[in-house]
Amino acid sequence: MKLVSSGKDTYVYTNNKTVDPAKPSLVFIHGAGFDHSVWTLFARHFSRHDWNVIALDLPGHGRSKGPVLESIEAMAGWTMELIDTLGLDTVALVGHSMGSLITLETASRLGDRVTHAVLIGSISPMPVSDPILDATANKPGAAHSMLTSFGFSKQNLMGGNPNPGMWMVSDSMRRYEDEAQSALDSDMRACNAYQLGLEAATEITAPTLMLHGDADRLTPLRATKTLLDALSNARMDIIPGAGHSLMVEDPNRVLDQLKIHLF
Amino acid sequence: MTDYSPAELDTLALHAGGKPDPATGARATPIYQTASYCFPDSDYAAALFNMERPGHVYSRLSNPTTAVLEERISALEGGVGAIATASGQAALQLAIMTIMDAGSHIVASSALYGGSHNLLAYTLPRFGITTTFVDARDEDAIRGAIRPETRLIFGETVGNPGLDVLNIPAVSKIAHDHGIPLLVDSTFTTPYLVRPFELGADLVMHSATKFLSGHGIVIGGLLVDGGRFDWDASGKFPQLSEPYKGFHNLVFTEEFGPAAFISRARKEGLRDFGACQSPTSAFYILQGMETLGVRMEKHVANTRAVVEFLDNHDAVAGVAHPDLPGHTDHALASDLYPKGTSAVFTFEIKGGREAGIAFVNGLNLFSHLANVGDAKSLVIHPASTTHFRMDEAALAAAGIGEGTIRLSIGLEDPKDLIADIKAGLGASEKVAGGRG
Repeated sequence: MKLVSSGKDTYVYTNNKTVDPAKPSLVFIHGAGFDHSVWTLFARHFSRHDWNVIALDLPGHGRSKGPVLESIEAMAGWTMELIDTLGLDTVALVGHSMGSLITLETASRLGDRVTHAVLIGSISPMPVSDPILDATANKPGAAHSMLTSFGFSKQNLMGGNPNPGMWMVSDSMRRYEDEAQSALDSDMRACNAYQLGLEAATEITAPTLMLHGDADRLTPLRATKTLLDALSNARMDIIPGAGHSLMVEDPNRVLDQLKIHLF
Repeated sequence: MTDYSPAELDTLALHAGGKPDPATGARATPIYQTASYCFPDSDYAAALFNMERPGHVYSRLSNPTTAVLEERISALEGGVGAIATASGQAALQLAIMTIMDAGSHIVASSALYGGSHNLLAYTLPRFGITTTFVDARDEDAIRGAIRPETRLIFGETVGNPGLDVLNIPAVSKIAHDHGIPLLVDSTFTTPYLVRPFELGADLVMHSATKFLSGHGIVIGGLLVDGGRFDWDASGKFPQLSEPYKGFHNLVFTEEFGPAAFISRARKEGLRDFGACQSPTSAFYILQGMETLGVRMEKHVANTRAVVEFLDNHDAVAGVAHPDLPGHTDHALASDLYPKGTSAVFTFEIKGGREAGIAFVNGLNLFSHLANVGDAKSLVIHPASTTHFRMDEAALAAAGIGEGTIRLSIGLEDPKDLIADIKAGLGASEKVAGGRG
């Protein structure tokens, strides 16, 4: 659905349903250079189970108008305003990669208005290497290749997509190509700059689930401990054989874990 | 536009999409010969039906063996996804039906496989879908044939049987300038010789019966989605950009992004028309694809030897192969397809129809049959077989004459192939009344 939030023309996927504040609500926040459509399977599931599903397109991404927001803090502020615009008192937040940083910041600010948090492929801080930043700024094709290459486990790069007939490598490339170069570059710099994640984590009281692939090459599993330790009410599920693109690499495990955490 | 790939073609042809079987450890992709799949519980079943989980419901829609083949061809072509179909013709029909309604129009190259020409010229008009055939070398003719209701441009990477080379970058630009996609039949070339998505094509189809398999033991097709065409921006494809009543008002571009086309093709076309590929066929095609690179290299090398021989033989009026400097598309082929342009080609034998028949009858090693792309060398007389439905004008437009012979060069030793052809030409010369 289209709406105006924070003065911006905004798109959120709701599975063609009106958002009903009386129902439990689940807000999905995508990662750098992506949009709402990475959440399709999961949003459809919770929608069928009578949740409001709100898979947002951040400003300047997917179907939401720009300009892009240049910091995680600004994206969190925008997300909070969106939640208010939709008239939602409480929400569960699910974020992937950059979206997990937005989830951390938003949950820390919203306090007990957040019923659950889910951090997928998340570490904090989330440094981005200089070669990637150089590529997102100057060589978008190379950036898409690097992020796709490192976005999956080595095993999954050769396929075995649980979604029949789909080749996740080219799907990832097309998704990066579809986004404006400036959006991907800005997102990467926002991830690299955000330093308040651990502090935000200590403020979160909502039960939190961390989902991580044991073969993640963008946000390595070994770097998750400090964030897990900073969260007071969290557990982690480690997905074997998966990299950073968990919603594609093992969507059934992700959905099973979301159901355990949210139902 | 070279795309990222995790490995080179020979590696992908062996590994992409396949893993040791998780249930048994079997290294080869097993044949999952089953119609349906058990659901763990009712909610899981509902989730599968409602596209909340990936997985298999019924083998008309998907199957674990065919899924490996689909993923492998997607990897080789650089597409976002693929669908394996019962035949190459089923792949073409699925592509068309996914994005067209009665009243839609196609612009197609006149140099097409006879079966494709038949579908477009005679069968689809019964359902309100019409085609204008053009010389695909004539860019003005392509532009001129496009109407407001045109929804597709279609051609073969190298046209059957004259090896007209499709200028994919130029034709795709025309298509995209008009907000329509380009579908390319890459059966003759395979991803070994060209990856059409890198040149601007939007959809690729194959008859997997041919070079992809190589063994000539199976019928199958493949349809691959490049994932780059902007269906929303075009505004001409409500099948993908507006709510679909057949699936609770799902909007494919909204929910599946770059995979919108291939998702609708599976959720509607495969579901409703049902031209799925059997898992056993997929298994056979996979066995062939494992050796695609080494086979194609040999096909091309053998073809070059045979083409050179024929081009210098007095009983031959002309050879239509882009390797030859005299071919209209020689320069274009060298540019777009530097590794070669296929092992299927035609030549014109002196003496017309009777000489052609004598040539075919005089061969021993070549098999006289209606197929191409086999490991064994093949021969046919198109005017009386594959293209017999065409009238004279259509035959001429496709570059086929009374004395045209089509060869598909296999993997035998080239010395033996040339010796066999010498015998055939000897027979033709007797009919034609001697050399010259």
